[in-house]
Amino acid sequence: MRFYEYESKRLFGKYGIPLPTGSKVARTPAEAGAIATEIAGPVVLKSQVLTGGRMKAGGVLFAETAAEAARAAEKILALTINGHKPRGVLVEARAPIAQEYYLGVTWDGVNRLPVMIFSDMGGIDVEEVAEKHPEHIAKRNFSTLFPFSDFMAKELIASIGISGSDLNRLTQIAATLARVFRDHGLTLAEINPLVRLHDGRFLCLDGHVDMEDDARDTQKGLLRELGIDPAEKRQARPPSQFEIDGAAVDAVDHRGVAGNVVEFDGDLGLVIGAGGGSLTLFDAIRKHGGRPANYCEIGGNPSVTKACALTKLILAKRGVKKIAVMMNVVSNTRVDIVARGVIKGVVESGFDPAEKIAIFRIPGSWETEGFKILRHYGVEYCDRSVSMYEAAGRAVAKMK
Amino acid sequence: MALFINVEVDAAVARDGELVKKLIEVCPVNIFATGSGGALQIVEPNLDECTLCELCLNAAPPGTVRVVKLYGDKEVLTRKA
Repeated sequence: MRFYEYESKRLFGKYGIPLPTGSKVARTPAEAGAIATEIAGPVVLKSQVLTGGRMKAGGVLFAETAAEAARAAEKILALTINGHKPRGVLVEARAPIAQEYYLGVTWDGVNRLPVMIFSDMGGIDVEEVAEKHPEHIAKRNFSTLFPFSDFMAKELIASIGISGSDLNRLTQIAATLARVFRDHGLTLAEINPLVRLHDGRFLCLDGHVDMEDDARDTQKGLLRELGIDPAEKRQARPPSQFEIDGAAVDAVDHRGVAGNVVEFDGDLGLVIGAGGGSLTLFDAIRKHGGRPANYCEIGGNPSVTKACALTKLILAKRGVKKIAVMMNVVSNTRVDIVARGVIKGVVESGFDPAEKIAIFRIPGSWETEGFKILRHYGVEYCDRSVSMYEAAGRAVAKMK
Repeated sequence: MALFINVEVDAAVARDGELVKKLIEVCPVNIFATGSGGALQIVEPNLDECTLCELCLNAAPPGTVRVVKLYGDKEVLTRKA
C-alpha cells in the first residue's frame, strides 16, 4: 500500500524527522493560499498523486505570495498526471538547499533482511548512483529481531566519508527511519531527497512509504491517525478495465479466489495459483520463451460459476490465443470443480476446450474426477509426475 | 444449460412437501427450490455446481433421486436400497 507524499511526511513527522515548514495538504486553492499565508515566505506546491514525473507534468510549482500559491494550486488541482487525479496539493516552505542526499530502507530479497541505503548523491535514481558512482553509496542489512541502534546508522553514513555534525544529524534521521520501517510493517521508507540547508540543518524534502498489504490489520490505528481508510486499495497506477472486471468476478461470489488479474501484452492466458506456485509458473512460462497475456490467481476452491467467469474474462482479452491452467498440488481446491469452470468458460466463449486449453496441470483433490472431465473434452492434462516447469514448457510449445 | 451434471427426481418425491423441504435444506449449492404449487423445481444454472456430496441421495427414499454425470462414463449416482 503506497502512501501519498503528505501521508509519508505525516508519518515521518510523528517520529520527529525534520520536515519543511508548513508541509500541509490543501484540497482547494483557498486552503493553499491560507497555508502559504501561515508560512509567510516562498512556497513550493506539489500535486499529491501516486505516480512519478510530477515536475515534468507541471505538478510542482513555486510561489512567492499567498495569492500566487492559490493560483498555482488551482492549476495543479486541475491537472491529471499519468492518469492520476491529485488527492490535494502539498504546500510547504521552499528550502535553500546546500546538498542533496538519499536515504532509504527497504527489503533485501537476496539476504532476506531489511537493508538501509544511504548516498550523498540524492535527488536522482539511486540505482544510477550505484552503477556509476558506487563510492557514493553505502548499504547495510539489519536484523528484524533486534532493535536498530544509532551506531549502525552512524557506521553506514561514516563509511562514505561524512563526519562531524553532519554525521551526527544524519545518524538521528537514519536510525529513526529504520524504526519507522520496523514499527509499521513497511516495505519501503525512503527520503529522497534528504537535504542539508545552508545553515546546516537537514530536512526531508520528499518521502515515499509503502506498507505491506498484510500489515493493514495491525496498523489500523496508524492508518486512521494518518487519515487513510484501512480498506482503501492503492496501486501505482489506476487499474485497467480488465483488472476491474477481474475484481468484480471475485467480488460477486464469496467461494474461493478467482480474480486478482494483472495484464501483460502476450498471447497466453494464465489461470494459475497455489501458495507461490503462480509466480513459479509465471517465471517458468517466461523461461520457456512464452509470452503471458495476463496473470490470474485461482485458489481456495472457487465455484464453477466463478472459474467460468474468470475464464471468459481471460479469453475476452485481445491477443489471447490459448490459456494454460496450472497449479501446484492442491488440497483445498477441487480439481474437478476448476476443470468444470474452465471448460464451461471456454465453451460459453464459443471455443473448443481441446483447442483453447494448452495444458491443464492441477493435481490434487478429486483429480481422478477432474481428469475424467478433461479427457471427455479432449484437453491435455497432466498429474503431479509432470513438474510445473515441464507443464509450462508444454503450454509454451503449443503456442508455436 | 448444464454441461456436467443432471439431477433427476421421481415425480412422487417432487410432489412431497416434506421431502422437497428436506432436499432444499441439504443441498449446499442450491440445486433445489420450490416451484409452482409447492412442487420441487430444479435450478438449472446451479446444476454444474453440484459437489457430488450425495446428501440429496440420502435425503430421499432409495433410487428416487439420481445424480447423472454428463461426462466420461456417464455414471449415475443413486442411493441403493
